[in-house]
Amino acid sequence: MLHTFVAYVEDRPGVLTRVASLFRRLNININSLTVGRSERPGLSRLTLVCEASSEAGHRIRASLFKLENVVDVDDIAKDPAVTRELALIKVAATPRNRAQIFDLAEVFRARIVDLTSESLMIEMTGVESKIEGLIEVLREDDGRILEICRSGKMTMRRGHHVSSVVKAMGVVDGDAGETEEEPAADSVAGEAE
Amino acid sequence: MANKGNAKTKAHNENGNATTLAAGASDPNAHLTTPTRLTGSEILWATLVGEGVETVFGYPGGAILPAYDALRKFPIRHVLVRHEQGAAHMADGYARASGKVGVAVATSGPGATNLVTGIATAMLDSIPIVCITGNVSSKVLGTDAFQEVDITGITLPVTKHNFLVNKAEDLARVLREAFQIARSGRPGPVLVDITKDAQQATAEFDFEAAKPRAYRPHPMLHVDDSGLAHAAELIRNSKRPVILAGHGVTESSAMEQVRTLAERAEIPVALTLLGLGGFPASHPLSMGMMGMHGEAWVNHAIQEADLLIACGMRFDDRVTGTLSSYATKAKKIHIEVDPAEINKNVKVDVALVGDLREVLEQLLPQISGRDGSAWLKTIEASKGAVAVRDINNLPDLGHLYAAHVMHDLWRITGGNAVIVTDVGQHQMWEAQYFHHDEPRTLITSGGLGTMGFALPAAIGAKFACPDKEVWVVAGDGGFQMTAAELATIVQEKIKINIAIINNGYLGMVRQWQEFFYERNYESTPLVSPDFVKLADAHGIPGRAVQKRSELESAVKAARSAPGAYLLNFMVEKEDSVYPMIPAGSALHEMIRRPDHDPLEETADDK
Repeated sequence: MLHTFVAYVEDRPGVLTRVASLFRRLNININSLTVGRSERPGLSRLTLVCEASSEAGHRIRASLFKLENVVDVDDIAKDPAVTRELALIKVAATPRNRAQIFDLAEVFRARIVDLTSESLMIEMTGVESKIEGLIEVLREDDGRILEICRSGKMTMRRGHHVSSVVKAMGVVDGDAGETEEEPAADSVAGEAE
Repeated sequence: MANKGNAKTKAHNENGNATTLAAGASDPNAHLTTPTRLTGSEILWATLVGEGVETVFGYPGGAILPAYDALRKFPIRHVLVRHEQGAAHMADGYARASGKVGVAVATSGPGATNLVTGIATAMLDSIPIVCITGNVSSKVLGTDAFQEVDITGITLPVTKHNFLVNKAEDLARVLREAFQIARSGRPGPVLVDITKDAQQATAEFDFEAAKPRAYRPHPMLHVDDSGLAHAAELIRNSKRPVILAGHGVTESSAMEQVRTLAERAEIPVALTLLGLGGFPASHPLSMGMMGMHGEAWVNHAIQEADLLIACGMRFDDRVTGTLSSYATKAKKIHIEVDPAEINKNVKVDVALVGDLREVLEQLLPQISGRDGSAWLKTIEASKGAVAVRDINNLPDLGHLYAAHVMHDLWRITGGNAVIVTDVGQHQMWEAQYFHHDEPRTLITSGGLGTMGFALPAAIGAKFACPDKEVWVVAGDGGFQMTAAELATIVQEKIKINIAIINNGYLGMVRQWQEFFYERNYESTPLVSPDFVKLADAHGIPGRAVQKRSELESAVKAARSAPGAYLLNFMVEKEDSVYPMIPAGSALHEMIRRPDHDPLEETADDK
């Protein structure tokens, strides 16, 4: 199954090597890894996604905690969480066929962040499936995609909602993580535009 | 790795204290209590003194020379090794024998890489050591400077943690943290790599201020009332329980608690290799060693058990055999300090994750008396024909078997010796025939199985326990891997007895070839020097022993010699360790002693 670990680690040289080396030792491929500053001074927050057996989660978490520079580890597993990914996609586009891509970007609620006479750059944030949807559509024209840069997943547990709020957002507990689509609240706002 | 040029002798433990360092220093520990400005090198030794270090094992060289230059000012005895691997093993042997943190010192590059095998040995057996390496100046780090190597990168997977220090002001804090990490939780090796400029720079030294924040136990330690109650209930209701006692019994000083549990509930105890000594071999409930070369009745008891109580052990593949057929009838209780070990190899029914002694202290009040006699009788009966006969009473047929040596060593020393073994057949024979009643009396490389371990580890053990009788028991193969440390013994003037179990083969490998590779003895016959002459070249007396009749007087000569002594036991060449579970087989699928084992049968027996 797909595991998502969220960890707070000390922000100092070599820490990422230690985390990565643990997965190397266990012969587990890291699907994605994002790291950045967190709300806690001196600590970075990372989201690490990997494929491993369902029983492996406990041992990986326990092993991460054994690293001296790791302060906190959460195994999101299938708990309710919000996951997002950022993608920058550079596509070949001339003044003649730009308009079509603008339309596409709007459908996917992506933004154009750079424009030249030969290419343009699309910025898009969303769940994995949405980003892959856009890439798939762009690939329908051979050679159009010049570069793709994806951030990897960032995941945050949902807060503790009262049931009425959960219902209003259309999110069912346990139906989050990998399978999650855009949260309902977002979609509703989108439709209203 | 040039040797220290001004190797002047000095009276250790006498001069030294940093009178030159702290103003008005009539207090020998003034440099620890009064914040003082010191060089990084001085901070290094002052911090070690503050941590209680009296002996370090090391080898000087360019990048660690500033530290060696400052050593004379401190009450620390430095043992000059002949190879840095020896330094790591000595620190390891020191830690295993004393329970304290062992310290090894090496220079950069090859000095540091030579430590790696020793560090990995300590890692696999959870031994607390701190390794200190010099490195090139921080200005040239990463430039492939002379004798530069990325030792923190190299040792990352074989250390509990490691540090690179490039500022003198960080040194005391990092070193104190290194000691704390090494000895806390599940212990392990820590390496501190110190750049040359950090050794040369000066900084304010304040030992108290450098104290690390309190050790944070692993957040996944978990012992709750329901788990304890469940464990107690399983013990109460079990008909055929077995306690599996591992290294954790010694590491957490839980000998009394394990013994109380065993006695109160009448539960037989099986031991791992590193568990030997943690529960007295002479105790009526002690079954002996489990696993690949454990006695048949021990492994059968485990296979037949309806409850296993694993205490500070990790279900290593050498003790479980094939996991799919391991103790399938048994519920399992796992008491273990490392959460990452839970359900790693064997799925357990109750996991009590915490310090073994503390957990047992919580569990014992819930354990009441229990009649285990039926199960104990069953086990006793199963010993029957396969029991090792008391080889003390075997007729002397003129052959010398390694088992004789182990048994007689045990008998003559009364078991009151620290035995440091190497790895291979002799290691298993030692485990089978030398009966350890006290913890820390068997020092052996279990997890990594490091040949060459015995001689240096024994030197470390002797420094830890100068009043104890220390024996090296090594094969002819492993002994040659680190035999250079004979010179260290002589230079340090220490008394160690050395027993070489010489069968002219890499015996354990030969045994595997005999059993599993159609006796194709490829690269296992071994030509060795005359070990007695080798010892003599070092000024160490010794003698060869060919017959059992010569054994006792030889052992007595070694014991009564004022200094080190070497015995070269010329044992039967193609003897094998029985019983044996082939790798990848189940515990009950063992290769038994041959029916007509020359050990047990005489030519006259029919």
